[in-house]
Amino acid sequence: MTSLAPGGATAATGPDPQEPARTAKPRKPGAKTPLGQVLFWLMLGVLSLIFLAPLLWMVSTSFKTPEASTSLELSWIPQPWDVSAYQTLFSAGSANPVLRWFFNSMFSAAVNAILIVAVDACAAYALARMDFPGKKLIFTTVITTIFLPSFVFLIPNFLIVSQLGWLDSLWAIIVPSAGGAFGVFFLRQFFSTLPKELEEAAIIDGANQWKIFIKVILPLSRPALSTLAVLSFLTNWNDFLWPVYVLFSPETQTLPSGLAKLQNAATVNYPIIMAGAVVASVPVIMIFIIAQRQVIESVSRSGLKG
Amino acid sequence: MTSTTEATAVERPPARSTGRRRRRSGWATPYLFLAPYGVLFIGFILAPAIYGIWISLHDYNYLLPNQPWAGLNNYFDLFKSGSRDGADFWRSIRATAIFTVFSVPLLVVIPLAIAMLLNRKFPGRTFFRAVFFTPYVLGVAVVGVLFRFLLDPTIGMLNFYLEKLGFAGDYPWTTQVPWAWVGLVGMTVWWTLGFNAIIYLAGLQDISPELYEAAEVDGATAWDKFRNVTLPGLRPVLLFVLTLTLLASANMFGQSYLITKGAPENSTRTAIYYISQVGLQQYRQGVAAAMSYILALMLILISLLNFRLFREKEES
Repeated sequence: MTSLAPGGATAATGPDPQEPARTAKPRKPGAKTPLGQVLFWLMLGVLSLIFLAPLLWMVSTSFKTPEASTSLELSWIPQPWDVSAYQTLFSAGSANPVLRWFFNSMFSAAVNAILIVAVDACAAYALARMDFPGKKLIFTTVITTIFLPSFVFLIPNFLIVSQLGWLDSLWAIIVPSAGGAFGVFFLRQFFSTLPKELEEAAIIDGANQWKIFIKVILPLSRPALSTLAVLSFLTNWNDFLWPVYVLFSPETQTLPSGLAKLQNAATVNYPIIMAGAVVASVPVIMIFIIAQRQVIESVSRSGLKG
Repeated sequence: MTSTTEATAVERPPARSTGRRRRRSGWATPYLFLAPYGVLFIGFILAPAIYGIWISLHDYNYLLPNQPWAGLNNYFDLFKSGSRDGADFWRSIRATAIFTVFSVPLLVVIPLAIAMLLNRKFPGRTFFRAVFFTPYVLGVAVVGVLFRFLLDPTIGMLNFYLEKLGFAGDYPWTTQVPWAWVGLVGMTVWWTLGFNAIIYLAGLQDISPELYEAAEVDGATAWDKFRNVTLPGLRPVLLFVLTLTLLASANMFGQSYLITKGAPENSTRTAIYYISQVGLQQYRQGVAAAMSYILALMLILISLLNFRLFREKEES
């Protein structure tokens, strides 16, 4: 994620990296032979199976009875179908209020994403489109911190969060990660590519910086803003180490830390754990399907320099 | 700031447009735009980076009333034999190193093979791309609890199918080394492979098809093309993948925490796992902070070495 160099700015709107290949002539005549084709599909099939089987197994187990889930004779179709794992997880007053965890995760990931996009967009706008003393120093300082490994912040941030009284509260997982430099860098690169004439026209119309930002820059940057929002949401939703240590009580848990607690429970009940895993997977898979191109593109662009 | 710009705007006509823009907004405007992020950046990135060093120089214990100055003792103690944390810390570094040494090569090579497979023109390409990428979107908590189940020695799917294939034996994937390492590395490869494959895929598509055509005209074999066109074309991408994967491996925590819980006898307890236990469970933040800076320093050195090696190769 660190090398979204100038070209990276086009991450969201740039051409689909597939395009050139689609129009290119077939490169490998070997692939056209029947044997090559069979081998190719065989490899692809086996690999896909390896990738999908664990996920199907997760779903299948979540619909089993606890006895069936630990049966030594494996079966892919639950017999009988049993939704009690989900019922237990979603029932009110359960020791593992998954519905509550779901809302905690949803709330904190959404607020975190909105916070990141809002503060990063403002900062990136100043850094991309304005001249002021100290700009270079500020930008360099922010970018340098991208290179610090995240675990360096673990201990001090724990103490800072505890001094703020945020331990065991959702603030602890919403706010600190919003200080990260990635979003500022990412948006700054994007804002820098927008033509200067746009704001010059707006200035002639009498707009001030705030108006230009809101009315001109942000609407034009929708793809970049939504990419950052999606990435931030996914990162926050999946964050594990931090919530495990800063959230203690069942009511403040998020899905990842809740899952860990479920697994550490004295009586391991696999259908319940797998049902919890399914619940934690569904939103991210849905977001991934909807925003697939954006997510994959921003990941792939991050690897290309210049 | 405002006064000087206005003066120049009057004196030098070409600067008029920028002068006019600056007149419209006060000198404070950029700082106001930066302020909200600045508060978060200073509070949770800049201050902690410095605060962490301060903590590491104290006998810091969150639960005790005072945190006496310790100087560099927290650092020195880790290098002394017979100290409270030294042996455990280096054992955890060793665990992280073992994990890195086995997972990084796999995560550099296998995704490249998959990316080359997916780089062909065939129906359903987008679907298969998503298939390989999906595990990565799921996060370590989901994947960890799932593999704790799949790798279970008695009821797990892996041992079940190994038995069907004629490799009977309740392999202790979650409780004994080296099996535990195979489980942890395998699970991580399955989980994160898609990320690297996507980066490679983009890199492959940036290599000009003409280079392949030219090679073909010269009668190059598939292997020649891979060695002389694909690999050189991918060099910056390879370096990026290698660096990112190294950093990710050094940060390994969730897999051990969820699957082996560090077993057996803490031999799969990674550095981050141990640091978090010392700092966030035993509340001895001073030592934990010192450990995290030692680890960070080691990582920075490895990354520098990494870049140096790649650059030398490029020059030769």
